[in-house]
Amino acid sequence: MNLLLQHLIVLPIVVPLVTGAVMLFLAESRRTMRVTLALVSVLIQLCVGAALLYLTSDAAPFIWPEGVGVYAIGHWPAPFGIVLVVDRLSAVMVTLSAVVALATVVYAIARWDRPGQPFHSLFQLLTMGLNGAFLTGDLFNLFVFFEVLLAASYGLLLRGAGAERVKASLHYITVNLAASLLFLIGVALIYAMAGTLNMADLAGRAATLAGRDRALFDAGAAILGVAFLIKAGSWPLNFWLPGAYSIAVAPVSAAFAMMTKVGLYAVLRVGTILQEDETLAAALFYLGLATLITGAIAMLAAKHLARLVSYSLLVSMGILLAAFGLRIEALTGPVILYMIVSVLTTSAFFMLTGMTDRTRIADPPVMRDDDPMPQPVYAAYGIKEFSVYRGDEEIGIALPAAMAFLGLMFVCCTLLVTGLPPLPGFVAKFALLSTALAAAHVGAVPWTTWAFFASILLSGFASLIALSRVGMRLFWSVAARTTPRLRVLEAAPVAALVLLCLALTVAAGPVASYLDSAARSLHEPDTYVRAVLSAYSSGQTERGSP
Amino acid sequence: MEIVYALALGILVGSGVWLLLRPRTFQVLMGLALLSYATNLFIFGMGRLTVHKVPVIDASNSVDPSLYADPVPQALVLTAIVIGFATTALLLVVLLALRGLTGTDHVDGAEPDR
Repeated sequence: MNLLLQHLIVLPIVVPLVTGAVMLFLAESRRTMRVTLALVSVLIQLCVGAALLYLTSDAAPFIWPEGVGVYAIGHWPAPFGIVLVVDRLSAVMVTLSAVVALATVVYAIARWDRPGQPFHSLFQLLTMGLNGAFLTGDLFNLFVFFEVLLAASYGLLLRGAGAERVKASLHYITVNLAASLLFLIGVALIYAMAGTLNMADLAGRAATLAGRDRALFDAGAAILGVAFLIKAGSWPLNFWLPGAYSIAVAPVSAAFAMMTKVGLYAVLRVGTILQEDETLAAALFYLGLATLITGAIAMLAAKHLARLVSYSLLVSMGILLAAFGLRIEALTGPVILYMIVSVLTTSAFFMLTGMTDRTRIADPPVMRDDDPMPQPVYAAYGIKEFSVYRGDEEIGIALPAAMAFLGLMFVCCTLLVTGLPPLPGFVAKFALLSTALAAAHVGAVPWTTWAFFASILLSGFASLIALSRVGMRLFWSVAARTTPRLRVLEAAPVAALVLLCLALTVAAGPVASYLDSAARSLHEPDTYVRAVLSAYSSGQTERGSP
Repeated sequence: MEIVYALALGILVGSGVWLLLRPRTFQVLMGLALLSYATNLFIFGMGRLTVHKVPVIDASNSVDPSLYADPVPQALVLTAIVIGFATTALLLVVLLALRGLTGTDHVDGAEPDR
């Protein structure tokens, strides 16, 4: 039993890898088989994520007494071999990515996985990269998993082809390749100075460096940070993001919403392990603030819903980075809560965008690059007039009140993005603001807190204006719009994500206290370091036996 | 040796960055290729430059670490080369697709208006 639990940590990586590989060998016609495999795989990941959440919590102290689980790959002890480490934050991230993956896979079944390219296979590899990045305890291994998820995302972004999409992909790939090179340079510098890439080992060695060695080490860490910030979409390194995210087909951009969070996770993880100093944190704060402000301005200027959602993603990344840069330890819990809400919201919103785009069928000029399935795809695969639309009419169940559903979901997403009650966007933002205020001494609130305060409120207001405007155009100007036919398979994931958000409001107390404990363990890297370095050290395979 | 190595890296990075900022897709590709060579050499150099030292430890004699080269950067470089090669190949495909779809090799898919 215990042995089985020990191997639980590696499952979120192995399961999608095997599934994705097996799917490549299935013939094009075995669609049911592929869909079943994909669903089973994400369900397993979800279960494992939930199990990890439980096992790392205080409720189950019998496996990993300090809430940190270590899995040494190939049984090589920690500083020499690569380890996978699960603590509360990793468990939260794995579960979150599995939830988004499940919603995306279900959504994609409706119509997006039909022609040509192996959507499900690439998607499984994407989840493998995500889970691996969340679980690894080694910097170079983090690079490898970043590349895995990026390689899969290149393929997914190209889905649907069309000149616009290929152009966006070219920009996206170029930026990410350059970022990967920065990542490598940072990793190499850190290795040269510290002589290790194991994160737990680094924490100890970094403290012993001094003088010029320390300066070079810090330079390496800063270069690494730049690479992470490019992935996290921080200003001024985020101009690639709206172009790529708004042009991808809906389920793909929904999954991409999770990808920016990998950059943030890496910043959180490496930042707390290396105990980054005042200057770096301040830089993070100002970059976050700039991201937030530029994102909010761009939201006001955006005309198309998909771009608007991409900018709202940037705003949320800005809030997260700025909050982390404030260097208030109590703020990390709310940061994670806000991140969860933001991921769920953005995914739901991107999926919704895919459906509302269909209301504009009578509006050809704007359809150009937003058309979910441009004709060249069908031509390229020798499929003429692909049966997606007709298929909908034959087998799809048209919801009786499709427009009403879309409108309701749009309102919910707007409430979530802008942070209005009763949805958890409000809870998360309130937690951020009240914690930031509570951490300051009475009568001496630093101006950074005020700036944070003001920009969160103003950006919320800006997004409210922008979203109401787009919403009115979408749902109230009936002319030249058709009521789209929706399938339950498409509508259900969006509704489920919104309902999950609602559940987060109801269960805000327990969730917040769990996340606070996750944040505390993040800020006490000693536990993490001890767990990693002591695991397997004396040939002992099972830890925590009474 | 360090000076020559550093100069070579500098030249590679300099040309790579310049090419990366050019407007033609093929120049961008070459820029990325040069940058990735430079990065790989950099990782290799971070294991300290040594001559006549093997990275594989011969356990039959007494082990003195100063007689061996650091094997880790060499392993890292191998991984980085493989990944960089694959992604560059993918970029090449996208580049050709964009050329075919738009009829121009400008990175924005259209010639700038002059």
